[in-house]
Amino acid sequence: MLALQGGVREHCAVLEGLGAEPVLVRRPDDVIGPDGVRLDALVLPGGESSVIDRLVSSVGLDGPLKRVITDGLPTLATCAGLILLAVAVLDPAPGQQSLQLLDVDVRRNAFGPQRASAEVRLSSSWGPAEVAFIRAPAIERVGPDVAVLAEHAGRVVGVATASVIGLACHPELTGATLFHRRLLDLAESRRRPLSA
Amino acid sequence: MTHVNDAPRTGTTLIKSGLAEMLKGGVIMDVVTPEQARIAEDAGAVAVMALERVPADIRAQGGVARMSDPDLISGIIDAVTIPVMAKARIGHFVEAQVLQQLGVDYIDESEVLSPAGYAHHIDKGRFTVPFVCGATNLGEALRRITEGAAMIRSKGEAGTGDVSEATRHLRTIRGEIAGLQATWRSNPDELYVAAKNLQAPYELVRRVAEQGALPVVLFVAGGVATPADAAMMMQLGADGVFVGSGIFKSGDPAQRAAAIVAATAGHDDPELIARVSRGLGAAMVGINVADVPTPHRLAERGW
Repeated sequence: MLALQGGVREHCAVLEGLGAEPVLVRRPDDVIGPDGVRLDALVLPGGESSVIDRLVSSVGLDGPLKRVITDGLPTLATCAGLILLAVAVLDPAPGQQSLQLLDVDVRRNAFGPQRASAEVRLSSSWGPAEVAFIRAPAIERVGPDVAVLAEHAGRVVGVATASVIGLACHPELTGATLFHRRLLDLAESRRRPLSA
Repeated sequence: MTHVNDAPRTGTTLIKSGLAEMLKGGVIMDVVTPEQARIAEDAGAVAVMALERVPADIRAQGGVARMSDPDLISGIIDAVTIPVMAKARIGHFVEAQVLQQLGVDYIDESEVLSPAGYAHHIDKGRFTVPFVCGATNLGEALRRITEGAAMIRSKGEAGTGDVSEATRHLRTIRGEIAGLQATWRSNPDELYVAAKNLQAPYELVRRVAEQGALPVVLFVAGGVATPADAAMMMQLGADGVFVGSGIFKSGDPAQRAAAIVAATAGHDDPELIARVSRGLGAAMVGINVADVPTPHRLAERGW
Protein backbone atom coordinates (compact mmCIF):
# COMPACT_ATOMS: atom_id res chain seq x y z
CA MET A 1 0.00 0.00 0.00
CA LEU A 2 1.76 3.14 -1.19
CA ALA A 3 1.27 5.46 1.79
CA LEU A 4 2.89 8.81 1.04
CA GLN A 5 -0.33 10.83 0.74
CA GLY A 6 -4.04 10.31 0.09
CA GLY A 7 -6.74 7.70 0.68
CA VAL A 8 -4.65 4.94 2.26
CA ARG A 9 -6.87 3.94 5.19
CA GLU A 10 -9.91 3.00 3.09
CA HIS A 11 -7.92 0.66 0.82
CA CYS A 12 -6.39 -1.00 3.88
CA ALA A 13 -9.87 -1.53 5.35
CA VAL A 14 -11.11 -3.24 2.16
CA LEU A 15 -7.99 -5.42 1.93
CA GLU A 16 -8.19 -6.43 5.59
CA GLY A 17 -11.85 -7.32 5.09
CA LEU A 18 -10.74 -9.72 2.35
CA GLY A 19 -8.17 -11.37 4.63
CA ALA A 20 -5.06 -9.64 3.24
CA GLU A 21 -2.42 -8.03 5.44
CA PRO A 22 -1.66 -4.58 4.03
CA VAL A 23 1.75 -3.09 4.82
CA LEU A 24 2.52 0.58 4.25
CA VAL A 25 5.12 1.47 1.61
CA ARG A 26 6.88 4.72 2.44
CA ARG A 27 10.56 4.03 1.68
CA PRO A 28 12.48 2.11 -1.00
CA ASP A 29 13.31 -0.77 1.35
CA ASP A 30 9.59 -1.32 2.02
CA VAL A 31 9.41 -2.52 -1.61
CA ILE A 32 12.72 -4.31 -2.07
CA GLY A 33 14.74 -5.28 0.99
CA PRO A 34 17.92 -7.34 1.45
CA ASP A 35 15.67 -10.40 1.18
CA GLY A 36 14.25 -9.32 -2.19
CA VAL A 37 10.77 -8.09 -3.13
CA ARG A 38 8.67 -7.77 -0.01
CA LEU A 39 5.20 -7.45 -1.56
CA ASP A 40 2.73 -9.89 -3.12
CA ALA A 41 0.64 -7.08 -4.58
CA LEU A 42 0.63 -3.31 -4.67
CA VAL A 43 -2.06 -0.64 -4.33
CA LEU A 44 -1.45 2.90 -5.57
CA PRO A 45 -4.17 4.98 -3.86
CA GLY A 46 -5.99 8.15 -4.76
CA GLY A 47 -4.81 11.48 -3.48
CA GLU A 48 -3.40 14.57 -5.14
CA SER A 49 -1.51 13.12 -8.11
CA SER A 50 0.98 15.99 -8.42
CA VAL A 51 1.94 15.61 -4.75
CA ILE A 52 2.23 11.80 -4.81
CA ASP A 53 4.29 12.11 -7.99
CA ARG A 54 6.68 14.54 -6.32
CA LEU A 55 6.96 12.50 -3.11
CA VAL A 56 7.60 9.21 -4.95
CA SER A 57 10.70 10.71 -6.59
CA SER A 58 11.88 12.64 -3.55
CA VAL A 59 11.91 9.56 -1.29
CA GLY A 60 13.48 7.43 -4.05
CA LEU A 61 10.53 5.08 -4.54
CA ASP A 62 10.34 5.61 -8.31
CA GLY A 63 13.12 3.10 -9.12
CA PRO A 64 11.87 0.25 -6.92
CA LEU A 65 8.23 0.75 -7.99
CA LYS A 66 9.21 0.73 -11.68
CA ARG A 67 11.18 -2.46 -11.18
CA VAL A 68 8.49 -4.48 -9.40
CA ILE A 69 5.59 -3.29 -11.58
CA THR A 70 7.58 -3.99 -14.77
CA ASP A 71 8.35 -7.45 -13.36
CA GLY A 72 4.60 -8.11 -13.15
CA LEU A 73 3.74 -7.40 -9.50
CA PRO A 74 -0.09 -7.35 -9.38
CA THR A 75 -1.04 -3.68 -9.00
CA LEU A 76 -4.32 -1.84 -8.38
CA ALA A 77 -4.07 1.87 -9.15
CA THR A 78 -6.99 4.16 -8.33
CA CYS A 79 -7.45 7.80 -9.38
CA ALA A 80 -4.13 9.52 -8.61
CA GLY A 81 -2.52 6.06 -8.68
CA LEU A 82 -3.72 5.61 -12.26
CA ILE A 83 -2.23 8.99 -13.19
CA LEU A 84 1.07 7.92 -11.61
CA LEU A 85 1.23 4.86 -13.89
CA ALA A 86 0.12 6.48 -17.16
CA VAL A 87 2.47 6.86 -20.11
CA ALA A 88 1.20 10.41 -20.65
CA VAL A 89 -0.54 12.82 -18.27
CA LEU A 90 -2.77 15.47 -19.88
CA ASP A 91 -3.39 18.72 -17.96
CA PRO A 92 -0.46 18.00 -15.62
CA ALA A 93 0.67 20.25 -12.80
CA PRO A 94 3.89 22.08 -13.70
CA GLY A 95 6.75 19.58 -13.66
CA GLN A 96 4.49 16.59 -13.04
CA GLN A 97 6.07 13.35 -14.27
CA SER A 98 4.67 9.83 -14.08
CA LEU A 99 6.17 6.37 -13.89
CA GLN A 100 5.03 5.62 -17.49
CA LEU A 101 4.31 1.95 -16.87
CA LEU A 102 0.75 1.66 -18.21
CA ASP A 103 0.13 2.34 -21.90
CA VAL A 104 -2.68 4.88 -21.51
CA ASP A 105 -3.00 8.67 -21.65
CA VAL A 106 -4.88 10.09 -18.67
CA ARG A 107 -6.44 13.55 -18.36
CA ARG A 108 -6.44 14.92 -14.81
CA ASN A 109 -9.64 16.29 -13.33
CA ALA A 110 -11.55 15.45 -16.51
CA PHE A 111 -15.09 15.79 -15.15
CA GLY A 112 -14.97 19.30 -13.62
CA PRO A 113 -14.81 20.74 -10.10
CA GLN A 114 -15.88 18.99 -6.91
CA ARG A 115 -19.58 19.80 -7.40
CA ALA A 116 -19.48 17.38 -10.40
CA SER A 117 -18.02 14.56 -8.27
CA ALA A 118 -20.50 11.72 -7.85
CA GLU A 119 -21.31 8.23 -6.62
CA VAL A 120 -21.98 5.93 -9.56
CA ARG A 121 -23.09 2.35 -10.09
CA LEU A 122 -20.43 1.30 -12.57
CA SER A 123 -20.85 -1.59 -14.99
CA SER A 124 -17.50 -3.19 -15.63
CA SER A 125 -16.40 -6.21 -17.65
CA TRP A 126 -16.05 -7.98 -14.31
CA GLY A 127 -19.50 -7.03 -13.03
CA PRO A 128 -21.15 -4.03 -11.36
CA ALA A 129 -19.56 -1.98 -8.59
CA GLU A 130 -20.61 1.05 -6.54
CA VAL A 131 -17.80 3.57 -6.89
CA ALA A 132 -17.06 7.25 -6.24
CA PHE A 133 -15.69 9.66 -8.82
CA ILE A 134 -13.93 12.56 -7.07
CA ARG A 135 -12.38 15.22 -9.27
CA ALA A 136 -11.68 12.14 -11.33
CA PRO A 137 -9.36 11.68 -14.28
CA ALA A 138 -10.41 9.99 -17.53
CA ILE A 139 -8.48 7.73 -19.88
CA GLU A 140 -8.21 9.31 -23.33
CA ARG A 141 -5.99 6.80 -25.14
CA VAL A 142 -5.79 3.06 -24.52
CA GLY A 143 -2.74 1.18 -25.78
CA PRO A 144 -3.04 -2.04 -27.84
CA ASP A 145 -2.16 -4.35 -24.94
CA VAL A 146 -4.57 -2.70 -22.51
CA ALA A 147 -8.19 -3.85 -22.11
CA VAL A 148 -11.03 -1.45 -21.33
CA LEU A 149 -12.85 -2.48 -18.14
CA ALA A 150 -15.44 0.25 -17.75
CA GLU A 151 -16.77 3.50 -19.13
CA HIS A 152 -18.66 6.34 -17.47
CA ALA A 153 -20.29 9.34 -19.16
CA GLY A 154 -18.84 8.22 -22.47
CA ARG A 155 -15.26 8.08 -21.22
CA VAL A 156 -12.98 5.18 -20.38
CA VAL A 157 -12.55 5.00 -16.60
CA GLY A 158 -11.20 1.48 -16.03
CA VAL A 159 -8.49 -0.56 -17.78
CA ALA A 160 -6.52 -3.73 -17.14
CA THR A 161 -3.41 -5.53 -18.35
CA ALA A 162 -2.22 -8.96 -17.25
CA SER A 163 -0.98 -7.53 -13.94
CA VAL A 164 -2.26 -3.96 -13.60
CA ILE A 165 -5.80 -2.75 -12.84
CA GLY A 166 -6.22 1.00 -13.42
CA LEU A 167 -9.33 2.87 -12.26
CA ALA A 168 -10.23 6.57 -12.51
CA CYS A 169 -12.65 6.13 -9.60
CA HIS A 170 -12.62 5.03 -5.95
CA PRO A 171 -14.03 1.59 -5.16
CA GLU A 172 -12.46 1.78 -1.69
CA LEU A 173 -14.56 4.75 -0.50
CA THR A 174 -17.79 2.88 -1.12
CA GLY A 175 -16.33 -0.42 0.12
CA ALA A 176 -16.76 -2.18 -3.24
CA THR A 177 -14.56 -5.27 -3.16
CA LEU A 178 -14.70 -6.38 -6.81
CA PHE A 179 -11.37 -4.92 -7.95
CA HIS A 180 -9.50 -5.70 -4.72
CA ARG A 181 -10.63 -9.35 -4.98
CA ARG A 182 -9.23 -9.44 -8.52
CA LEU A 183 -5.95 -8.01 -7.25
CA LEU A 184 -5.69 -10.66 -4.52
CA ASP A 185 -6.57 -13.41 -7.06
CA LEU A 186 -3.74 -12.17 -9.30
CA ALA A 187 -1.36 -12.22 -6.33
CA GLU A 188 -2.45 -15.72 -5.36
CA SER A 189 -2.03 -17.18 -8.84
CA ARG A 190 1.39 -15.53 -9.15
CA ARG A 191 2.52 -17.02 -5.83
CA ARG A 192 1.29 -20.50 -6.75
CA PRO A 193 1.64 -20.68 -10.54
CA LEU A 194 1.51 -24.50 -10.65
CA SER A 195 -1.78 -24.87 -8.82
CA ALA A 196 -3.57 -22.43 -11.11
CA MET B 1 -17.97 -1.68 -25.56
CA THR B 2 -20.93 0.18 -24.14
CA HIS B 3 -22.05 0.19 -20.55
CA VAL B 4 -25.14 1.76 -19.09
CA ASN B 5 -24.72 3.35 -15.69
CA ASP B 6 -27.36 4.60 -13.28
CA ALA B 7 -27.62 8.34 -12.76
CA PRO B 8 -24.63 9.77 -10.86
CA ARG B 9 -25.37 11.04 -7.34
CA THR B 10 -23.56 14.32 -6.63
CA GLY B 11 -23.13 16.10 -3.29
CA THR B 12 -23.62 13.00 -1.13
CA THR B 13 -21.99 12.80 2.30
CA LEU B 14 -19.54 10.23 0.94
CA ILE B 15 -18.60 12.41 -2.03
CA LYS B 16 -18.13 15.45 0.20
CA SER B 17 -15.99 13.70 2.82
CA GLY B 18 -14.27 11.65 0.09
CA LEU B 19 -12.39 14.62 -1.32
CA ALA B 20 -11.06 15.42 2.15
CA GLU B 21 -9.97 11.78 2.50
CA MET B 22 -7.86 12.25 -0.64
CA LEU B 23 -6.11 15.27 0.93
CA LYS B 24 -4.81 13.25 3.90
CA GLY B 25 -1.11 13.52 4.57
CA GLY B 26 -1.01 16.78 2.64
CA VAL B 27 -0.63 20.51 3.19
CA ILE B 28 -3.29 23.09 2.27
CA MET B 29 -1.84 26.56 1.82
CA ASP B 30 -3.45 30.01 2.19
CA VAL B 31 -3.02 32.16 -0.93
CA VAL B 32 -4.34 35.60 -1.83
CA THR B 33 -3.26 35.82 -5.49
CA PRO B 34 -2.90 33.48 -8.51
CA GLU B 35 0.89 33.95 -8.29
CA GLN B 36 0.94 32.66 -4.72
CA ALA B 37 -1.31 29.77 -5.76
CA ARG B 38 1.21 28.74 -8.43
CA ILE B 39 4.05 28.86 -5.89
CA ALA B 40 2.00 26.67 -3.55
CA GLU B 41 1.21 24.14 -6.29
CA ASP B 42 4.86 24.01 -7.37
CA ALA B 43 5.85 23.39 -3.76
CA GLY B 44 3.52 20.38 -3.46
CA ALA B 45 0.36 21.73 -1.82
CA VAL B 46 -2.58 19.26 -2.01
CA ALA B 47 -4.94 22.24 -2.26
CA VAL B 48 -4.90 26.01 -1.91
CA MET B 49 -7.17 28.19 0.22
CA ALA B 50 -8.21 31.47 -1.40
CA LEU B 51 -8.81 34.37 0.95
CA GLU B 52 -8.79 38.15 0.92
CA ARG B 53 -5.88 38.64 3.32
CA VAL B 54 -3.79 36.12 5.23
CA PRO B 55 -4.67 35.99 8.93
CA ALA B 56 -1.50 37.83 10.00
CA ASP B 57 -2.55 40.81 7.86
CA ILE B 58 -6.16 40.66 9.07
CA ARG B 59 -4.75 40.74 12.60
CA ALA B 60 -2.36 43.62 11.83
CA GLN B 61 -4.73 45.74 9.71
CA GLY B 62 -8.02 45.08 11.46
CA GLY B 63 -11.33 45.89 9.78
CA VAL B 64 -13.98 43.50 8.50
CA ALA B 65 -12.58 40.46 6.69
CA ARG B 66 -14.85 38.96 4.02
CA MET B 67 -14.95 36.41 1.20
CA SER B 68 -12.38 37.23 -1.53
CA ASP B 69 -13.24 39.09 -4.71
CA PRO B 70 -14.76 36.57 -7.20
CA ASP B 71 -12.25 37.71 -9.84
CA LEU B 72 -9.40 36.69 -7.57
CA ILE B 73 -10.99 33.34 -6.80
CA SER B 74 -11.62 32.61 -10.47
CA GLY B 75 -8.04 33.70 -11.21
CA ILE B 76 -6.74 31.24 -8.64
CA ILE B 77 -8.97 28.42 -10.00
CA ASP B 78 -7.57 29.10 -13.48
CA ALA B 79 -3.98 29.29 -12.22
CA VAL B 80 -3.69 25.84 -10.66
CA THR B 81 -4.68 22.22 -11.33
CA ILE B 82 -5.08 21.22 -7.66
CA PRO B 83 -8.29 21.70 -5.62
CA VAL B 84 -9.18 25.27 -4.66
CA MET B 85 -10.86 26.06 -1.35
CA ALA B 86 -12.18 29.47 -0.36
CA LYS B 87 -13.31 31.04 2.89
CA ALA B 88 -16.80 32.28 3.68
CA ARG B 89 -17.76 34.11 6.87
CA ILE B 90 -19.36 32.08 9.65
CA GLY B 91 -23.11 32.07 8.97
CA HIS B 92 -22.83 33.86 5.61
CA PHE B 93 -24.76 31.41 3.46
CA VAL B 94 -24.88 33.76 0.48
CA GLU B 95 -21.08 34.04 0.34
CA ALA B 96 -21.19 30.23 0.33
CA GLN B 97 -23.73 30.23 -2.53
CA VAL B 98 -21.42 32.52 -4.50
CA LEU B 99 -18.40 30.32 -3.84
CA GLN B 100 -20.30 27.22 -4.95
CA GLN B 101 -21.37 29.08 -8.10
CA LEU B 102 -17.74 30.02 -8.82
CA GLY B 103 -16.82 26.32 -8.77
CA VAL B 104 -14.56 26.16 -5.72
CA ASP B 105 -13.91 22.60 -4.57
CA TYR B 106 -14.34 23.21 -0.82
CA ILE B 107 -15.66 26.06 1.35
CA ASP B 108 -14.07 26.93 4.69
CA GLU B 109 -16.68 28.49 6.99
CA SER B 110 -13.97 30.31 8.83
CA GLU B 111 -13.49 32.17 12.09
CA VAL B 112 -10.56 33.96 10.41
CA LEU B 113 -13.11 36.15 8.61
CA SER B 114 -15.53 38.41 10.48
CA PRO B 115 -18.65 36.40 11.42
CA ALA B 116 -21.84 37.34 9.55
CA GLY B 117 -23.92 36.45 12.57
CA TYR B 118 -23.49 35.28 16.12
CA ALA B 119 -26.19 32.62 16.42
CA HIS B 120 -26.26 30.38 13.35
CA HIS B 121 -23.65 28.64 11.26
CA ILE B 122 -24.35 27.86 7.60
CA ASP B 123 -26.75 24.94 6.95
CA LYS B 124 -24.05 23.08 5.06
CA GLY B 125 -26.13 20.02 4.20
CA ARG B 126 -28.06 22.13 1.67
CA PHE B 127 -24.99 22.61 -0.54
CA THR B 128 -23.45 20.33 -3.19
CA VAL B 129 -19.97 21.68 -2.47
CA PRO B 130 -18.40 20.34 0.75
CA PHE B 131 -17.44 22.43 3.79
CA VAL B 132 -14.56 22.41 6.25
CA CYS B 133 -15.08 24.05 9.64
CA GLY B 134 -12.86 24.90 12.58
CA ALA B 135 -13.26 23.45 16.06
CA THR B 136 -11.56 23.90 19.40
CA ASN B 137 -13.10 20.82 21.04
CA LEU B 138 -15.10 17.69 20.22
CA GLY B 139 -18.54 19.17 20.91
CA GLU B 140 -17.88 22.01 18.48
CA ALA B 141 -16.59 19.54 15.86
CA LEU B 142 -19.71 17.36 16.21
CA ARG B 143 -22.05 20.33 15.95
CA ARG B 144 -20.36 21.38 12.71
CA ILE B 145 -20.60 17.80 11.35
CA THR B 146 -24.30 17.75 12.26
CA GLU B 147 -24.74 20.94 10.21
CA GLY B 148 -23.08 19.15 7.28
CA ALA B 149 -19.34 19.83 7.56
CA ALA B 150 -17.40 17.12 5.69
CA MET B 151 -14.00 17.98 7.15
CA ILE B 152 -12.88 19.41 10.49
CA ARG B 153 -9.77 21.39 11.30
CA SER B 154 -8.51 22.61 14.63
CA LYS B 155 -8.84 26.38 14.84
CA GLY B 156 -5.53 27.09 16.50
CA GLU B 157 -4.90 30.81 16.67
CA ALA B 158 -4.54 31.93 13.06
CA GLY B 159 -2.03 34.56 12.02
CA THR B 160 0.19 34.20 15.08
CA GLY B 161 2.84 31.69 13.99
CA ASP B 162 2.35 30.29 17.51
CA VAL B 163 1.35 26.65 17.29
CA SER B 164 0.35 26.26 20.94
CA GLU B 165 -3.40 26.68 20.42
CA ALA B 166 -3.43 24.23 17.52
CA THR B 167 -1.68 21.74 19.79
CA ARG B 168 -4.22 22.34 22.52
CA HIS B 169 -7.23 21.97 20.23
CA LEU B 170 -5.92 18.81 18.57
CA ARG B 171 -5.01 17.20 21.90
CA THR B 172 -8.40 18.21 23.32
CA ILE B 173 -10.38 16.71 20.44
CA ARG B 174 -8.37 13.48 20.40
CA GLY B 175 -8.49 13.22 24.19
CA GLU B 176 -12.26 13.66 24.24
CA ILE B 177 -12.65 10.98 21.56
CA ALA B 178 -10.49 8.59 23.61
CA GLY B 179 -12.67 9.38 26.64
CA LEU B 180 -15.85 8.57 24.71
CA GLN B 181 -14.32 5.33 23.50
CA ALA B 182 -13.49 4.34 27.10
CA THR B 183 -17.02 5.21 28.21
CA TRP B 184 -18.48 3.14 25.39
CA ARG B 185 -16.45 0.12 26.51
CA SER B 186 -17.03 0.41 30.25
CA ASN B 187 -20.32 2.29 30.78
CA PRO B 188 -22.19 2.71 27.49
CA ASP B 189 -25.25 3.97 29.37
CA GLU B 190 -23.25 7.10 30.25
CA LEU B 191 -23.02 8.14 26.59
CA TYR B 192 -26.43 9.85 26.85
CA VAL B 193 -25.09 12.34 29.35
CA ALA B 194 -21.86 12.60 27.33
CA ALA B 195 -24.00 13.65 24.34
CA LYS B 196 -25.83 16.18 26.50
CA ASN B 197 -22.54 17.64 27.72
CA LEU B 198 -21.09 17.74 24.20
CA GLN B 199 -24.30 19.42 22.94
CA ALA B 200 -24.27 16.99 20.04
CA PRO B 201 -26.73 14.33 18.79
CA TYR B 202 -26.54 10.99 20.61
CA GLU B 203 -26.30 8.90 17.41
CA LEU B 204 -23.24 10.84 16.25
CA VAL B 205 -21.64 10.66 19.69
CA ARG B 206 -22.17 6.91 19.79
CA ARG B 207 -20.65 6.49 16.34
CA VAL B 208 -17.52 8.40 17.41
CA ALA B 209 -17.35 6.34 20.62
CA GLU B 210 -17.62 3.06 18.72
CA GLN B 211 -15.10 3.94 16.02
CA GLY B 212 -12.70 5.99 18.12
CA ALA B 213 -12.53 8.62 15.40
CA LEU B 214 -14.54 11.42 13.84
CA PRO B 215 -16.60 10.33 10.82
CA VAL B 216 -14.66 12.91 8.76
CA VAL B 217 -11.03 13.89 8.31
CA LEU B 218 -9.38 15.95 11.08
CA PHE B 219 -6.78 18.46 9.89
CA VAL B 220 -4.93 21.00 11.99
CA ALA B 221 -4.75 24.76 11.40
CA GLY B 222 -3.68 27.94 13.12
CA GLY B 223 -0.09 28.89 13.86
CA VAL B 224 1.86 26.26 11.89
CA ALA B 225 5.03 28.02 10.68
CA THR B 226 7.85 25.46 10.38
CA PRO B 227 8.40 21.92 9.03
CA ALA B 228 8.78 20.71 12.63
CA ASP B 229 5.43 22.32 13.58
CA ALA B 230 3.71 20.42 10.76
CA ALA B 231 5.41 17.12 11.62
CA MET B 232 4.47 17.52 15.28
CA MET B 233 0.80 17.95 14.36
CA MET B 234 0.97 14.79 12.25
CA GLN B 235 2.64 12.86 15.07
CA LEU B 236 -0.15 14.06 17.38
CA GLY B 237 -2.63 12.39 15.03
CA ALA B 238 -3.72 15.07 12.56
CA ASP B 239 -4.70 13.81 9.10
CA GLY B 240 -3.06 16.82 7.43
CA VAL B 241 -2.12 20.45 7.85
CA PHE B 242 -3.36 23.90 6.87
CA VAL B 243 -0.67 26.58 6.69
CA GLY B 244 -1.84 30.17 6.55
CA SER B 245 0.44 33.12 7.14
CA GLY B 246 3.39 30.82 7.89
CA ILE B 247 4.42 30.51 4.25
CA PHE B 248 3.88 33.85 2.56
CA LYS B 249 4.93 35.83 5.65
CA SER B 250 8.31 34.05 5.73
CA GLY B 251 11.61 34.94 4.06
CA ASP B 252 11.53 32.28 1.30
CA PRO B 253 7.94 31.09 0.73
CA ALA B 254 8.67 28.55 -2.06
CA GLN B 255 11.37 26.74 -0.16
CA ARG B 256 9.53 26.84 3.17
CA ALA B 257 6.35 25.53 1.53
CA ALA B 258 8.22 22.59 -0.05
CA ALA B 259 9.92 21.84 3.27
CA ILE B 260 6.59 21.80 5.14
CA VAL B 261 5.17 19.42 2.50
CA ALA B 262 8.15 17.07 2.87
CA ALA B 263 8.01 17.17 6.68
CA THR B 264 4.25 16.48 6.72
CA ALA B 265 4.62 13.38 4.54
CA GLY B 266 7.77 12.25 6.36
CA HIS B 267 6.61 13.30 9.81
CA ASP B 268 8.07 10.23 11.53
CA ASP B 269 11.58 10.74 10.11
CA PRO B 270 13.66 13.23 12.18
CA GLU B 271 16.59 12.95 9.78
CA LEU B 272 14.37 14.14 6.91
CA ILE B 273 12.81 16.91 8.98
CA ALA B 274 16.27 18.13 10.02
CA ARG B 275 17.45 18.11 6.40
CA VAL B 276 14.48 20.04 4.98
CA SER B 277 14.58 22.53 7.87
CA ARG B 278 18.04 23.79 6.89
CA GLY B 279 18.55 27.08 5.08
CA LEU B 280 14.92 28.17 5.01
CA GLY B 281 15.63 31.77 5.95
CA ALA B 282 13.50 33.65 8.42
CA ALA B 283 10.26 32.12 9.67
CA MET B 284 7.34 34.51 10.13
CA VAL B 285 8.03 36.69 13.15
CA GLY B 286 4.69 35.93 14.72
CA ILE B 287 3.16 36.87 18.00
CA ASN B 288 2.74 34.77 21.15
CA VAL B 289 -0.90 33.83 21.67
CA ALA B 290 -0.59 34.95 25.29
CA ASP B 291 0.12 38.49 24.01
CA VAL B 292 -3.07 38.57 21.93
CA PRO B 293 -5.78 40.29 23.97
CA THR B 294 -8.85 38.07 24.46
CA PRO B 295 -11.28 40.10 22.31
CA HIS B 296 -8.90 39.68 19.34
CA ARG B 297 -8.62 35.89 19.52
CA LEU B 298 -10.09 34.38 16.36
CA ALA B 299 -10.54 30.90 17.88
CA GLU B 300 -13.29 32.26 20.11
CA ARG B 301 -15.48 33.01 17.09
CA GLY B 302 -17.98 30.20 16.43
CA TRP B 303 -19.81 28.13 18.98
